[in-house]
Amino acid sequence: MSDIESAIGKSPPRLEAVEKAAGKAIYTGDMELPGMLHGALLTSPYPHARILSYDASAALALAGVKAVVTAEDITGGYIGLVCKDESALARGKVRYIGEPVAAVAALDEATARLAARLIEVEYEELPSATTVEQAMAEGAPVLHEDFADYAKIYQAPEDAGNLLARAEAVMGRGVDGFDEADIIVEGSYEVGAQYHAYMEPVSALASWGPDGRVTVWSSTQSIFRTQANIHEGLGIPMGKIRCIAPRIGGGFGAKAEVSGQLIAVMLARKAGAPVRLVLSRDEDMITMRARHPGTLRVKTGAKADGTLVAREMEVWLDAGAYADDSPAVMNLVLYYARGCYSIPHVRALGHAVYTNKLRLGAFRGFGNPQASFAAESQLDEIAEKLDIDPIELRIKNAIKAGEQWLGGQRITSCALVESLEKVRDASDWARPRPAPPGRKRALGVAAMTHTSAFLSSGAIVRLQGDGTVILNVGAVDIGQGSDTALSQMCAAALGLDIEQVSLATPDTDSAPYNYGTNASRVTYTVGQAVHRAAMQVRTQLLEHGAAMLECKPDELELRPGGRIGVNAEPARNAEVSFADIAGRSLWAVGGPITGSGSFIPNDPPDPQHTKLTGFLGLDALSVLTFGAQVVEIEIDEVTGAIEVLEVWCAHDVGRAINPGAVESQIQGGFVQGQGYALCEEMLWEDGRLVNPSFMDYKFPGTLDTPDKIHAIILETPEVSHPFSVKGVGEPPLVGAAPAINNAVSAATGLRLKQIPLTPERVLRALLAKG
Amino acid sequence: MIDITLRINGEERALCVPASRTLLDALRNNLKLTGSKNACNQGVCGACTMLLDGMPVNACLVLAANVAGREIVTIEGLGEGGTLSPMQQAFIDAGAIQCGFCMSGMIVSATAFLAENPQPSRQEIRAALSGNLCRCSGYVRVIDAVILASERMGA
Repeated sequence: MSDIESAIGKSPPRLEAVEKAAGKAIYTGDMELPGMLHGALLTSPYPHARILSYDASAALALAGVKAVVTAEDITGGYIGLVCKDESALARGKVRYIGEPVAAVAALDEATARLAARLIEVEYEELPSATTVEQAMAEGAPVLHEDFADYAKIYQAPEDAGNLLARAEAVMGRGVDGFDEADIIVEGSYEVGAQYHAYMEPVSALASWGPDGRVTVWSSTQSIFRTQANIHEGLGIPMGKIRCIAPRIGGGFGAKAEVSGQLIAVMLARKAGAPVRLVLSRDEDMITMRARHPGTLRVKTGAKADGTLVAREMEVWLDAGAYADDSPAVMNLVLYYARGCYSIPHVRALGHAVYTNKLRLGAFRGFGNPQASFAAESQLDEIAEKLDIDPIELRIKNAIKAGEQWLGGQRITSCALVESLEKVRDASDWARPRPAPPGRKRALGVAAMTHTSAFLSSGAIVRLQGDGTVILNVGAVDIGQGSDTALSQMCAAALGLDIEQVSLATPDTDSAPYNYGTNASRVTYTVGQAVHRAAMQVRTQLLEHGAAMLECKPDELELRPGGRIGVNAEPARNAEVSFADIAGRSLWAVGGPITGSGSFIPNDPPDPQHTKLTGFLGLDALSVLTFGAQVVEIEIDEVTGAIEVLEVWCAHDVGRAINPGAVESQIQGGFVQGQGYALCEEMLWEDGRLVNPSFMDYKFPGTLDTPDKIHAIILETPEVSHPFSVKGVGEPPLVGAAPAINNAVSAATGLRLKQIPLTPERVLRALLAKG
Repeated sequence: MIDITLRINGEERALCVPASRTLLDALRNNLKLTGSKNACNQGVCGACTMLLDGMPVNACLVLAANVAGREIVTIEGLGEGGTLSPMQQAFIDAGAIQCGFCMSGMIVSATAFLAENPQPSRQEIRAALSGNLCRCSGYVRVIDAVILASERMGA
């Protein structure tokens, strides 16, 4: 089969690399339609207030203004993936500074922005709760008075004020398991709010056709979630909504759910013209999403020989003003609370709390970075107390394939031990790192895992008249390279060159359903569907081939480049091409050759193994990508600044369909994690974001990042996948913060428990230590 | 409104703009040259980098009316006769491009830098590109791409 599968295991330039290098790639904000208007937002100046009235007369009087919309123009219900508590524009109340309240469509953007400021909204200010402590305090102002009435897909707390979600997982003997421990380490960890900082700000273009259908191009991670949100939020039948994804300038989780599309649709409907809404960077930062800040109390028990016996984690996440993905993110913190170790007794308790801030949501890692920062930092404390090498301790307790994860599902493939050994050897772990005077150098390690099998995907493969195929999956490539990897898999399944596969633009009118580009799931789940669709095409090709070559289908084989030949005694040279077969099917026998495949993982948790309360489904998260990272850092003892010098990352990705893209994911993911660890933090004062710009919210640039980020790809085949793949989008980010924090400990003896590790925090700790 | 003429990618272009219009907006909205991107709108991220008389500038901080008559090169003008420039090709071949939104500015900055310093070290490239932010790549392959272009152009 090696010839046939020649399209995979290679790193061809990604399909759209040329157009991007040429400056010709079209993103939503680059699109224009005849008669197109420009949208602009009016956002809330208050963290919490009742809306008493609107007066748009001054805005509408401005020359060039074509429409103003407010909540009065909403024609649908409430939206939200797990809890329907949100609307396209604030309804009745505003719940955070920056929440969209009204919007304008005008002939040009400057006029639209000016008009938005002329809309008068009368508010009655309400007491606000902008932190978890304030929101959970007795007598705290309640953000959602109607919370009990919202539709939800999880068991929510009752009469709980601002408590959006509470979940608990207990396995083994839970906290009773600490009686087996010789030592117990306990600590409280704090994590900051990280902004996604995709380079392309949120944007949407909506256009109503004369047929009463609306087409929406937008910067989204899921055309189908966009369609569902427009349907639910504006009451438009799904068949009347067509969502398309042009090129997308990054997402990292924030563009998975609604982001301005409904507002563009409302404006276009009212103005009777296409409307494009493109947020400015400060608007994007104030109104969109970020990674959940929170507090994690973690307790770990171990035997004197280093065997981990019990883990307890209690988590409080700040969910912001709307539920969005928060209950799910909190669940996933708990899912990773045990770390990738065979700890027999676990109790994990999580809370997500409404506050008067922008909604916190999905972000690469989805709860895992928070859990792993705390738990992996604590593991090094145990190693120090027991005088065991941190990598040895991790290897000793490493979970293996076949063992059960929290939830009870069995791990299908795992090269955790090998990952740890690889980074230990590659980094020359035991070698001391001398540093110049005034500076300290050290290595730090972290291990991690992340799921990659989640929710449904489909694929359609169509044979064209010339023997090439079109692959249609509806999955959005947000920059990670899935278009290329999926095309490689399709090519391999049919023995084609990648040039013989064309990928359809994601479009809800034609594509099979795909949940979205998140959870590191596209290569794994869409890859499954692509294989199934390609196999249907293959069967039809062989049936035609058998008739044309006058033999049985099982005497035929695929040959590279789109041919079918006879593989039977006596040997015959006869071959037919896919083009010949396509011609026969289109003009004579059988009709067009099309294959379709659908996939959804289904591996429910085992209630005998883990007692779960308050969780959403944890079905089939057990396809896990394991890995380990070692970082070398240097600390300036005068300034507290931390420099990351070199990084070694090993990840067991199953099989690398496109090794170059895997390396890119590892390098880019690590650097985003480095930002989370060292410098990135959204800061609010009384509910107002004080750093809504790239000037004041700093993420790593070329001078802040290591030149050597060694990406070590471990290929341990994933048995549940036809191409043996697992996802790699998220794990590289997850290890960065704990590995860096552990290196800081090794260099200074400090045990820091709050990220980001800004120079100020590090210096204060150094000075306090003396 | 001000009438100006700009020389863009070798071509004279006349346009009428408000005094407050940035060079970036003038190119994107008046002339429909959308290769240069607006990502931060305050001269921090470099996604709008273009060449003004051969020097890289953040076009979101330049007023169009202030550069009347001057020579401007954007990402669309780097290649000749519909082909890609060596720098553009190197970014493709090094696998440096992911979402692509920062890439126009990144490639323009790298082009200007290599013209000044044809055989740079990796650290010199890092210093030269410090005004161009990328959220996808982690920069390793971006630096690889500039080294590759340098090697090919020096050969």
